[in-house]
Amino acid sequence: MRGETENVVVQKHATFEKNKAIQKEDPFIEDEELKERRTNRLSVLGRVMVGVLLVVAWELFTRIGILDSYYWSSPTTIVQTGITSITEGTLIQDLFYTSGATVLGFILGTFIGSLLGLSFWWSDLYSNIAEPYIVAFNAIPKLALAPVLVIMFGIGFSSKVVLAFLMTVIVTAVAAHSGVKSVDKDLEKMLFSLGAKRKQVFSKVVVPSAMPWIVSSLKINIALALAGTIVGEFISSRYGIGRMILYAGQIMDTDLVWLGVVVLSMLSILMYLGTVWLEKLLLRGQVTQK
Amino acid sequence: MSKLEFVNGSKIFKKNGQETVALEKTNLSIEEGKFVSIIGPSGCGKSTLFNMIAGLLQPTTGQILLDGKNIVGKSGQVGYMLQKDLLLPWRTIVSNIILGMELRGVPKKEAEGRALPLMKKYGLGGFEYHYPNELSGGMRQRAALLRTLLYDQDVILLDEPFGALDAQTRLMMQTWLLQIWGDFKKTVLFVTHDIDEAIYLSDEIYVLSPRPGRLKEIVPVHLPRPRDENTLSSDEFVHLKQKLLGMLKEDQERLQKVE
Repeated sequence: MRGETENVVVQKHATFEKNKAIQKEDPFIEDEELKERRTNRLSVLGRVMVGVLLVVAWELFTRIGILDSYYWSSPTTIVQTGITSITEGTLIQDLFYTSGATVLGFILGTFIGSLLGLSFWWSDLYSNIAEPYIVAFNAIPKLALAPVLVIMFGIGFSSKVVLAFLMTVIVTAVAAHSGVKSVDKDLEKMLFSLGAKRKQVFSKVVVPSAMPWIVSSLKINIALALAGTIVGEFISSRYGIGRMILYAGQIMDTDLVWLGVVVLSMLSILMYLGTVWLEKLLLRGQVTQK
Repeated sequence: MSKLEFVNGSKIFKKNGQETVALEKTNLSIEEGKFVSIIGPSGCGKSTLFNMIAGLLQPTTGQILLDGKNIVGKSGQVGYMLQKDLLLPWRTIVSNIILGMELRGVPKKEAEGRALPLMKKYGLGGFEYHYPNELSGGMRQRAALLRTLLYDQDVILLDEPFGALDAQTRLMMQTWLLQIWGDFKKTVLFVTHDIDEAIYLSDEIYVLSPRPGRLKEIVPVHLPRPRDENTLSSDEFVHLKQKLLGMLKEDQERLQKVE
């Protein structure tokens, strides 16, 4: 009797094991998304690790003297300098000053540049006359003009905005002009055949067609605008991260220079993310077409 | 009275200092509600003719009369659809379809109110708020044609609208077009170089001849309507096809001799 039950139990156990084995042998389903998620997770992890490694190496090398901490500062010193600059200095005000001038110049430059580039659609004659001047103006190293601009607009906020503006306006105009040139002529023809007026063709076909070109210049523009602002602050200014770096250099406070560079880098990344968001906003609908 | 007339119309282009006759003096007269096809090899002035009727090109000589009124150089008087669907990629299908009405100033709500039921009826139901890239070629052509129809002109010009579609989709679209034509009672001018398509769809076929472009012959089609796949194998269909093939072949041989 007992032996029988044992036997049954053993048998049951055997079928259970078998089922488990079958269950383990999952059918292979191609799942691109899962693969992608895995790769994404691993790349995020990898990115963070590389970053941490670099910072740790920087700290370590300056501590043990492979890198001279007088020139290279060190992450911890930079953080400490940052805290004192925030609490006792004017770091926050400087940050607002620099980012304000950059963003304002960027917005003005992008907006006016777009209008300028798009306006070339209206007349071939006008566009042909203007083209060499656009190329010439693009070739001028605008930063070299900075001293004149500071004399013209003063050492205040406006000279920085003007520099950021000049850095971006032509780049955008050139991009928008390329966009205008690439508009599908048949689309224009189709709209005219539907009885559209020129301004309707402009707003319904030309502007949306050129939008990806304008948008593609945004990321470059924000970096250019920042460079313009900083050079403006280098030349002459009472506030701003650029002025702080220049001052720190003059009194040979390398920790403060490094702090300025780190803060500017973070600002640059933040503004870059801003343009990514702006890109999504401006290309709604167009993104789905790809 | 004819719906659309092209009286003594011609077009000469000048390129590299040389004058090219795109279309010799031609007379067309199209009756209201007819389906007229224009066939001929490339370079016979089909597209030039259409661009002139659509008001996008100025004829060298002649008049274009719509209901007896001269429409030379006036765009927007007839519906015009090209081989490419030319849907705006950043607009949904429904807002592409109402484009013509929108340009005329019809409020968006009202325009959509007219477009949506038609989209359902003519095989675009469920795709109203999709973007053009999400649709097949046939679907996109349907949307483009509905856009042309909703522009509300009595005459519509179709320039090889099914040229880029595969054979099966093409046949389906032709039947679909006949259905729409029957419902809307428009006067249709249809350019194609597919002889089968021309016979299957038309009341009359204008055969154009190239270099210089000119009207060679007008061939009436007396096949009974409604037409379906069986029409394609009827005796009269085959007879007409042979006749048209013969005409196009003459032109080809003539051109080869010139070259």
